[in-house]
Amino acid sequence: MPGTRVLVGTRKGAFILTSDEARTDWKVDGPHFPGWEIYHLTGSPHDPDRLYASQSTGWHGQVIVRSDDGGATWETVGNDFTYDGVPGEHQWYDGTLRPWEFTRVWHLEPSRHDADTVYAGVEDAALFKSTDGGLTWTELSGLRQHDTGPQWQPGAGGMCLHTILEHPTDPDRLYVAISAAGAFRTSDGGQTWTPINKGLRSGEIPDEDSEVGHCVHHLDLHPDNPDVLYMQKHWDVMRSKDGGDSWHEVSGNLPTDFGFVISVHAHEPETIYVVPITSDAHHFPPDGKLRVYRSRTGGDEWEALGNGLPQEDCYVNVLRDAMAVDQHSSCGVYFGTTGGQVYASNDSGDSWTAIVRDLPAVLSVEVQTLP
Amino acid sequence: MSAPGRSTVRVVLPSPLRAMAGLDKEIAVEVEGEVTQRSVLGALEAAYPMLLGTIRGRHDAVRRPFVRFFACEEDLSHDDPDTPLPAAVADGREPYIVLGAMAGG
Repeated sequence: MPGTRVLVGTRKGAFILTSDEARTDWKVDGPHFPGWEIYHLTGSPHDPDRLYASQSTGWHGQVIVRSDDGGATWETVGNDFTYDGVPGEHQWYDGTLRPWEFTRVWHLEPSRHDADTVYAGVEDAALFKSTDGGLTWTELSGLRQHDTGPQWQPGAGGMCLHTILEHPTDPDRLYVAISAAGAFRTSDGGQTWTPINKGLRSGEIPDEDSEVGHCVHHLDLHPDNPDVLYMQKHWDVMRSKDGGDSWHEVSGNLPTDFGFVISVHAHEPETIYVVPITSDAHHFPPDGKLRVYRSRTGGDEWEALGNGLPQEDCYVNVLRDAMAVDQHSSCGVYFGTTGGQVYASNDSGDSWTAIVRDLPAVLSVEVQTLP
Repeated sequence: MSAPGRSTVRVVLPSPLRAMAGLDKEIAVEVEGEVTQRSVLGALEAAYPMLLGTIRGRHDAVRRPFVRFFACEEDLSHDDPDTPLPAAVADGREPYIVLGAMAGG
């Protein structure tokens, strides 16, 4: 019988939540790596038993661990994320220049095209690639060395490369997003990169139409329609129908167009989900009501989904990597909060239940649909 | 007893690293030649490569800011890493302690 495995990274360890296809009864396993910040825990599209976790602390830095048995056992793999050549400088918050310095891995993206290839998005922003299952890492330095690099600046969470999307059929095409530089695309496997931020308008930077400097919070796409990209920006929900060459706003009737997550339904390429969050200072849901918003039209027209979610006195946040969808015929949607709840819907968002309520603050949520 | 020119040094690791590496609180490390902080940490990393980068920089060997080194009730964190460690550490009577600084939660 098909199963479901939800991978949760938190401020103080990792948790693995498992269920069957019904997704009503859950087993909670963890904490794995207690005390370590788990910015991301994810699985390989090739082998569901191969998992990767980014674990870090301010004391001991970055460690990458891999499991080849679905999380039962783990081994440390490579943590040498050395920038290619002289790292150079980027903008700091106060407008001065600051040298690139590695802090942590925000996101790991196991390739859908090759079993041993995995990408890592890091802070300070750069993209690394491993072709040996995470043992060794090489920077795809054409991104960081882009002409606009000295103009990149950190968002409030640091200057992080947090989103990596592979094209479903072309292994040389990747999309990444950096806070606060923007979105970038490569068509040659990461050797050269193009900023894809035309149409973004960001009032928090001097030139709101600038080529870079945009605080993109997350991107997603549907593999059946990979030229259509969706973006939750610091402000504004955006859509591109041409692989990022241009963007237009689809915030529509959302109560606020600020937020972090955005996800596409597993079987409906025009159905998307966001969690609106009040302003860039509050970082909690409007009116104390936690609501996912769903659009079935690729944006612009949104419906609130709150059945089963707290509708009073709720002041949690949902961080950028903390939403995922499964591949079951009735699409499951999952998200985690800074209050430690992981919510699940087994009916495309119509109703929600909390799988767990009292984990450490959730940093990332991924889901595997097991055969 | 250690072989000539070789010392068995007791190293105490902080709990996050013990958990990460699957090690006991105190481990014995065989150090060739002079027993210094550099030679002890080098032997430790050679024996347990999963610790590379978690105590000091992988390439510059600089102590991570929130890691401290103690021995014989002294804070050695700011000492020259090539200074010989006390004889009590070199002969195994006292451990060389790696710990995380008190900071945050």
